[in-house]
Amino acid sequence: MNTKQRNAVYRIMPYTVLILIGICFILPLLWVFVASVDSNAMQSLKIPHRLTGANYVDVITSSANQRAFVIGLIMSVGQAIIVVILALLAAYPLSRYQLKYKKSFMLTILFMTSLPITAVMVPVYQLFLSLKLYDNIAGVVLFYVASSMPYGIWMLKNFMDSVPNDLEEAAWVDGASVFAGIRKVVAPLMVPGICTVAIFTFSGSWGNFFVPYILLQNPDNFPASLKLYQFFGQYGMVDYGKLAAFSMLYATPSIIMYILSQRFMSKGFGLQGGTKG
Amino acid sequence: MSSLTVHLPSKKRKTYTWLYFLLPSIAIMLVFFIYPILLTFFYSFTNLALTGESAKELKFIGLDNYIHMFQDPTVKVSIWNTLIFLFGSAVIGQQVLGFLIALLMKHKSKMFRRVIGTIVLAGWVTPEIVCALCLYSFFGDEGTLNSIISFFGIPGITWLYTVPMLTIILANIWHGTAFSMLVFQAALDDVPREIEEAAVMDGASKWQNLTRIIIPVIKDTITTNMMLVTLQTLGVFGLIYAMTGGGPGTSTTTLPIFMYNQAFVNYQLGYGTAISLLLLIIGVVLSLFYIRSMK
Repeated sequence: MNTKQRNAVYRIMPYTVLILIGICFILPLLWVFVASVDSNAMQSLKIPHRLTGANYVDVITSSANQRAFVIGLIMSVGQAIIVVILALLAAYPLSRYQLKYKKSFMLTILFMTSLPITAVMVPVYQLFLSLKLYDNIAGVVLFYVASSMPYGIWMLKNFMDSVPNDLEEAAWVDGASVFAGIRKVVAPLMVPGICTVAIFTFSGSWGNFFVPYILLQNPDNFPASLKLYQFFGQYGMVDYGKLAAFSMLYATPSIIMYILSQRFMSKGFGLQGGTKG
Repeated sequence: MSSLTVHLPSKKRKTYTWLYFLLPSIAIMLVFFIYPILLTFFYSFTNLALTGESAKELKFIGLDNYIHMFQDPTVKVSIWNTLIFLFGSAVIGQQVLGFLIALLMKHKSKMFRRVIGTIVLAGWVTPEIVCALCLYSFFGDEGTLNSIISFFGIPGITWLYTVPMLTIILANIWHGTAFSMLVFQAALDDVPREIEEAAVMDGASKWQNLTRIIIPVIKDTITTNMMLVTLQTLGVFGLIYAMTGGGPGTSTTTLPIFMYNQAFVNYQLGYGTAISLLLLIIGVVLSLFYIRSMK
């Protein structure tokens, strides 16, 4: 192989490998997409028998499904709002005041963000039984809030650090209270950070399966994720079209949230900057 | 947390206002997050159960759950399965594949990066139950993979029964690789171009450039990402549960699945918490190991 040929291979190889990877990644996804509009969907990816919107219509018009989507939205939106408000409040003193054990507090928070939630679910279940919160939608929201507080505090504290003190102090001089300062000066300057936290907590709980699976029992209380699993287990083997349509509808909010998050995440995915105390 | 105190250097601020700000979030975390973690330690020494004799009174049984755990052959199988799943899908899969994609995408046309990047990201953005469904049907007996190979004249394979571990590993790679890809793309963009160019001028091969320049420069990112991905993968439940349910037999029973079965199928909550503690300990040990290797 001469140099010219070798250079050609070097140039083409990355494309070939990436295209192959791309094909492997897209095939499973293509199936759910195509099957959802196929009048006779099968387990395998194939050209649709006949294009139809009937699968979507069937899924959307079922009142049980509507209920599951609404419950899912209430849980995720409720969680996102509570997390943002509480985390903003908590981030304020952590960012502005000189607290003695701040550094170890922040490290504990960081450690908690990475704990696998799976490992605490058995005691949480027991706790919910004794607090009479078992099978209660509000209870699930409370647990969601608690489990994403560390992430919310960590992110918002770092975002708040970059908001200059002067503006707030000017507001105080004009007679604003600390709360008014946060609400009218600090928070509006942190919109990107607030949106990032809200979007990530929303997506986290919208996609979560294990937490509601453990903490809810009555099918009337099931959010969309559990409904899909139920659907999958009960009729999955029969009606692929509807199953795929449900999946597409259920995945839509996650996709929208991701696209929205791209607008706010200017810094992208660097891990370096995340460790400052 | 009560030991947090305030230094008031120059500005006059009300001494304990900070407490009111922190109180709601600390309270909710204490009740619903930290308390359950402490309960994990406590319950793992009890015979807590939902049914049967022991459901009536909670008794301290010392290390019985742990002794039981070390004698239980399924525990060994689950630990082993967890490690294979972790190594296959987190370390090799997401980490190496994510790095490879990021590396190959470097300096490619924007359009091409965009298309491939979006495809990989789609698997990450998709909720885990939908991922489970997509890959379940992909690997199914009459699924896409078997249709493809039968097109080439190879008889179909019952993937989910013959190689169940491989299918869940691939599913988790499909679901998680994008995260590592994004992290490595950001890190590779930060590698100073001059260093690479200087190395090429000095006659470094592509391989040398990778192993001597790029990897040492982004070493911290690799370690941090490894830790995040490992902890993420340790807790994976829904994906495996919906695809294989931990079976056939115990062939895909990882620790979370085993914990679930013991606690909620056999109603042995005490034993279940002992297993979750084991899961936590594995997570902490691996994190410490990664952090150590970073220094």
